[in-house]
Amino acid sequence: MAFVEKKLPANASAVDKGLAWVDSRFPLTKLWNDQWGKYYAPKNFNFWYIFGSLAMLVLVIQIVTGIFLVMNYKPDANLAFASVETTIMRDVPWGWLVRYMHSTGASAFFIIVYLHMTRGLLYGSYRKPRELIWLFGVGIFLCLMGEAFMGYLLPWGQMSFWGAQVIVNLFGAIPFIGPELSLWIRGDYVVSDATLNRFFSFHVIAIPLVLLGLVAAHLIALHEVGSNNPDGVEIKENLDKDGHPVDGIPSHPYYSVHDIFGVTVFLVVFSAIVFFAPEMGGYFLEANNFVPADALKTPNHIAPVWYFTPFYSILRATTSQFIYALEIGVVAYVCMIFFKSRLAGLWKTIAVIAGAAIIIAFNVFEAKFFGVVLMGVSVMILAGLPWFDQSPVKSIRYRPSWHKYVYIVFGISFLVLGYLGVKPPGVWGSAFSLDIAQTVSQICSLIYFGFFLLMPWWSAMGTFKPVPSRVTFHAH
Amino acid sequence: MNLLKKCVAVLALVPFIALACPEPEVPLDVAPDRAQDLAALQRGAKTFVNYCLGCHAASSMRYNRLRDIGLDEATVKANLLFTSEKVGDVMSIPMQPKDAKAWFGTTPPDLSVIARSEATEEGNGRDWLYTYLRGFYKDDTRPTGWNNIVCKNVAMPHVFWELQGTQKMVLSKPVAEEGKEASNEEGKFDHFELVTPGKMSKLEYDTTVADLVAYLQWQSEPTAQLRRQLGVWVVMFLAVLAFLAWRLNASYWKEVK
Repeated sequence: MAFVEKKLPANASAVDKGLAWVDSRFPLTKLWNDQWGKYYAPKNFNFWYIFGSLAMLVLVIQIVTGIFLVMNYKPDANLAFASVETTIMRDVPWGWLVRYMHSTGASAFFIIVYLHMTRGLLYGSYRKPRELIWLFGVGIFLCLMGEAFMGYLLPWGQMSFWGAQVIVNLFGAIPFIGPELSLWIRGDYVVSDATLNRFFSFHVIAIPLVLLGLVAAHLIALHEVGSNNPDGVEIKENLDKDGHPVDGIPSHPYYSVHDIFGVTVFLVVFSAIVFFAPEMGGYFLEANNFVPADALKTPNHIAPVWYFTPFYSILRATTSQFIYALEIGVVAYVCMIFFKSRLAGLWKTIAVIAGAAIIIAFNVFEAKFFGVVLMGVSVMILAGLPWFDQSPVKSIRYRPSWHKYVYIVFGISFLVLGYLGVKPPGVWGSAFSLDIAQTVSQICSLIYFGFFLLMPWWSAMGTFKPVPSRVTFHAH
Repeated sequence: MNLLKKCVAVLALVPFIALACPEPEVPLDVAPDRAQDLAALQRGAKTFVNYCLGCHAASSMRYNRLRDIGLDEATVKANLLFTSEKVGDVMSIPMQPKDAKAWFGTTPPDLSVIARSEATEEGNGRDWLYTYLRGFYKDDTRPTGWNNIVCKNVAMPHVFWELQGTQKMVLSKPVAEEGKEASNEEGKFDHFELVTPGKMSKLEYDTTVADLVAYLQWQSEPTAQLRRQLGVWVVMFLAVLAFLAWRLNASYWKEVK
């Protein structure tokens, strides 16, 4: 195809001419229009729809503050702690502010991402044709967890060191390859300078690059099929004479200005934390991390940072006693698949064989290994959501009212698991020779897994409300 | 061979694996808040340099940062610098880790951020330090002759014994159940009793410790006050901005039917 330069009249402004020059060589205006300017989004977005934009904002905050931190941070076991507490926090002008923004940003990222995922759950944002958006999102969540875990080692405090030691040792529980795998990850027999250096590389370059790629894919996939909305109505099914959805509005200026408002509210809360409570009672900046890492002094209580605690609770709940309950659960689940599902015969056979293999494995390997496995499964199970959900409607608004209570119970279980994960074991004492906190964790773990694994059945049960063809919108 | 090396490495650590301070046996006293009192902070700085810097480093703290609490360079050089250090240097100490291990069993911890490291959900680090420094008592079973109610079996001797005097721990007697003899087990900590008075009265000593703890808290985060002062302006500005953004948003969305 012959190259055609965009031609503008001679009296066009320099800016317009410049833009035309670029547009002839690079699809700048087209990109802007397709991705935002003329991207038609549903007009009935509510409060839950701000967290995607906020997540992007916090990613930028983390990258920019991270760039400035790396200018003064030293990734050496002997120098790291001092480079943070002496250089960055005291000697570098405004270093303390950059550090607090980065530490607060990390926790803010997880709060935002959990709320963003909750929106997905509430409105069925992961349903066809948006499964891939959801899968990219799960990938982003996994990268985020890795990024946070590796970043936490860098200040080289007691919690940094011992938290990393515990978590990397978990990989040692994997049969056959475990100890070698842990050695490979650590680069040494214990967490040491070698570990710090490689975690620094992963945290600063490797995972951020993957994160940026996944976020781009996440957004491209979204814009390809269009956004969902709180009513779960597909707005592209109702187009006006210009080919735009009647229930859609161009993101610019309506969502530009809407998101700016959301961002300013977020910044008020974010700044209040950064300037008045950066430690957040020891949850965002843990007290024990102000002690330099000491391989010879074990802290009284080693716990991961608050955003990992729900999954850590599941790990701790998996005792050999709990494995018995899980065995019963596996048998019951395989029976449900065999007798109560509409899957093809092949899948049912596979389910029976897999179930048998799992029961055998439960009796061969120790509970510690399964704690690690369940912790991993508890995160990965999110990826199955588009296929677990068999509800005829997308949004919670048109599901039977009792479904709301299922979500509430799931949410409460998740929060209880998170709370118990922060506390040391045995925090609620014992009764009937059972550790109360551990038993509650086990029950909540069963609720957590049951929510997903039983979803093919409960999500289709009940009387559903009719879904409207147009979105519910009240003029502002 | 790898497995053998690993076993040796782990076993070598065993005799030295020590715990940090165990959980305190008593509830913490509440330290007075003297963060805004420059005179208290300066007195605390003096106590710190005279009593603590002999063994404890504060290697994140530069001497010239003391200007933030009103001590100019001349005062610092005249009263607080005792060795060949310059006013821009950090407060390090010449004690070698090898010697520290031989004398105390462990290196005295660096005190730069000690107040932040002792914060708990129950009390802030200030409370821990205040109770700790007033909680030493005579214990002849310990190598130093001192023990501490907040950090049991601590390696640190009672540096302030001349000021506070010597106190001993008085335990509450376990209550005998009806019809049974009183048990022989030790009761819980009840109160301290002064055995030998020191140079200061209890009130004088408590206030000296309060000043020192205020200084240690300031030293743990010298920018704390600036942070809060700036925060007021930043949050106010952003609140105004949020209000304007809200009205701007509302004005655009009026057009949406």
